[in-house]
Amino acid sequence: MPSHGGATAKVPTEAGAPRGPDAYRLTAGDNEYDDGSLLEISMGPQHPSTHGVFRMDVVLDGETVVKLKPVFGYLHRNHEKIAESASYLAAMPYTDRLDYFCSLTNNWAYALAVEKLAGLQVPERAEFLRVITAELTRLQNHVCLAGFLMQDMGASGTPLMYGFREREKILDLFEALTGARMMCNYMRFGGCRCDTPPGWLEEVRKVVDRFPRFLDEFENLLSSNEILMARTQGIGVLTRDLAINAGITGPVLRSCGVDYDLRKVDGYGLYPKFQFRVPLGDHGDTYDRYMMRILEMRESLGILRQALDAIPEGPILDPKSKLRGFRPKPGEAYGRIEAPKGELGFYLISDGSPNPYRYRIRPPSLINLTVLEDLCLGHNVADTVTILGSIDIVLGEVDR
Amino acid sequence: MAATLDQLFVQLLHGMTAPLPEAIRPWVALAISLGAILAVFGLCFGITTVCERKAIARMQNRLGPNRVGPYGFLQFAADGIKTLTKEDIVPRTADQVVHFLAPLALLVPVVLTFLVLPFGRNMTAMDLEVGLLFFFAAGASTELAVFMAGWSSRNKYSLLGAMRAIAQMLSYELPFILSTIGVVMITGALSTTKIVEAQAAAPGEWLARWHVFTPWGLAAFLLFLIAAFAESNRSPFDLPEGESEIVAGYFIEYSGFKFALFFMAEYLGMFSSSGMAVTLFLGGWTAPFAFLDWVPSWMWFFGKLGVLIALFIWVRGTTPRLRMDQLMDFAWKFMLPLALIILPTAAIWHYAGRGWLGWLVTAPIVVGAYVLLGRSLVGRRRIRQRSYRYAAT
Repeated sequence: MPSHGGATAKVPTEAGAPRGPDAYRLTAGDNEYDDGSLLEISMGPQHPSTHGVFRMDVVLDGETVVKLKPVFGYLHRNHEKIAESASYLAAMPYTDRLDYFCSLTNNWAYALAVEKLAGLQVPERAEFLRVITAELTRLQNHVCLAGFLMQDMGASGTPLMYGFREREKILDLFEALTGARMMCNYMRFGGCRCDTPPGWLEEVRKVVDRFPRFLDEFENLLSSNEILMARTQGIGVLTRDLAINAGITGPVLRSCGVDYDLRKVDGYGLYPKFQFRVPLGDHGDTYDRYMMRILEMRESLGILRQALDAIPEGPILDPKSKLRGFRPKPGEAYGRIEAPKGELGFYLISDGSPNPYRYRIRPPSLINLTVLEDLCLGHNVADTVTILGSIDIVLGEVDR
Repeated sequence: MAATLDQLFVQLLHGMTAPLPEAIRPWVALAISLGAILAVFGLCFGITTVCERKAIARMQNRLGPNRVGPYGFLQFAADGIKTLTKEDIVPRTADQVVHFLAPLALLVPVVLTFLVLPFGRNMTAMDLEVGLLFFFAAGASTELAVFMAGWSSRNKYSLLGAMRAIAQMLSYELPFILSTIGVVMITGALSTTKIVEAQAAAPGEWLARWHVFTPWGLAAFLLFLIAAFAESNRSPFDLPEGESEIVAGYFIEYSGFKFALFFMAEYLGMFSSSGMAVTLFLGGWTAPFAFLDWVPSWMWFFGKLGVLIALFIWVRGTTPRLRMDQLMDFAWKFMLPLALIILPTAAIWHYAGRGWLGWLVTAPIVVGAYVLLGRSLVGRRRIRQRSYRYAAT
């Protein structure tokens, strides 16, 4: 039989498995890519570098990505609906599980929304504690991100373990303050759950003082490493326009030169009181996204030092806030903060009952993930994992 | 005493084969040598895996294996028992015969390469006149086995891994072999034994004549070592396994003892190319200084081998992985031209009298070539350190 150009034989799927080249066609015959030259691979949900149960349906030409479809929802646990059927306070521990690396910033964003809804005032000491815990959270998130990014690049875990060593010190602080290392459940509406144990602030200062040494070491080892630069510079370039149109926030947005940091824009909490700078990138590639995190860590350390110097004594909870019978007046509120991964927002509608009528989260991970295909197209399959790592997602927040 | 210790294993083999008839004596000697190689390097493989895990754990603020035996040093035995007793899973759709043959086809050539390595004075299992050629011929045939494994598994990751492995191993085969030609030119022999003997200290000299002590030899040694990293699929050239990208590459569908065979072949490959690096450039079993000649020769060989293996482990704990196109760029645009430039440099060294004049002429050539090629490789990719700005306010 003469062969026609581009025509492909229908491969029988029932009568035994196909052999030869046909064996590598996922959906032979009924697929737009099926001219025998492309390879469709399902990366995940069990894959070492998808950071959880995430799947990328990748179509490859050789090793070049020509199509990428992110598939998520494997970790969906109905968070928003559960929160709508529980009381306001009962949703607080659930927010810990959103982005389980940064439970304290999740707490803060939710507390901020409820405080707007109910008109509660946060005492000054509680605001300081919120800033301190949030910036510690940012440090440990960014340091792990840098480590995981290197792990995705095949650095056999050494930078990751270095990052985890520092994260461990911060988690110890969280444990001393809140009783839990990751699921802190610390913020309350109108303040914080408990005051600091004796000597805690001195311990924080010790960690903060030692951190720059680690950052210098990390940067000396990695930031100017030839292989790292070759693997990340010019890879996964996010343009300014696409970033703004897609609603990207956080370090990913700032890496393409957009000056948008909610700590400056909204000035929530006590951030207007502190001196800090917002680093901006010019290229929007993986290297810039990595460097944004490194530079932000240095600024966070500055905020922490100022906060530790200025923290006053005083109450930590608004006397008007009450744990039982909490019924905000009907209305709606949107509370948002600059979480380590981007803008984390909680939108609440109250109908005067003990539980919210509508509870909606704006997860930075999910929205930053939407540009994954645009970043990956035309790059090597090895770059998809580094691009994904540089976007910084946590599946608990993506799937909710 | 020193001479007895030096020739201990040779005497032992001689004693074992002496009572046998003349006709079968060489065959029995070869069989015993092969058995000894398998036993020694099998044990080395086990110890190296534990040492590697311990060393990398040390680099990463971890403890590493510490449960089986003193300081966890019997972990390899536990791992061996585990892999032996594990279920051997073969995918239903795999090509059963090729899938079965691939680990064997990988291990056998790797073991064969050990036959021509001189482990000590008079300690070459098969002293061929063309030993170096045999080494490369046997080593190159492992590529087929890798592809057999990747193709027969009928898994897309393994196919990608096999594709990468073939491209990588073929590309690095060229600098791997070309970097040794200088040694062959200088010593005028392909026999590994003769190459080692040529590097011993001449009577009256205090320093040995290792090839690594010459400008072309140093460059060729580094090239050979980098190519050896790539040939044995070690980090930063571990793309065929690329754990974070293609999960496990060509042996993704292997479990149980077949997986252990792949693992073992990878380590044995590392040993044999390190052993060849020692033989060609680090003087094999010769002592670096004439006054250290009393140390048994095989101790020198295994000591140098250990140093190189430690280097392999150290690099693995340190570097990120390259990307496929960068790997190819590095092989074809940097290593191959540099290897070709080193060849005439070795000839110039020979005719410039191997003294200070040789250094004066050849060292600038090697350094210049390195700088120019490196600049062109990095410059083309426009990689540089960046400075960052901060938002106003």
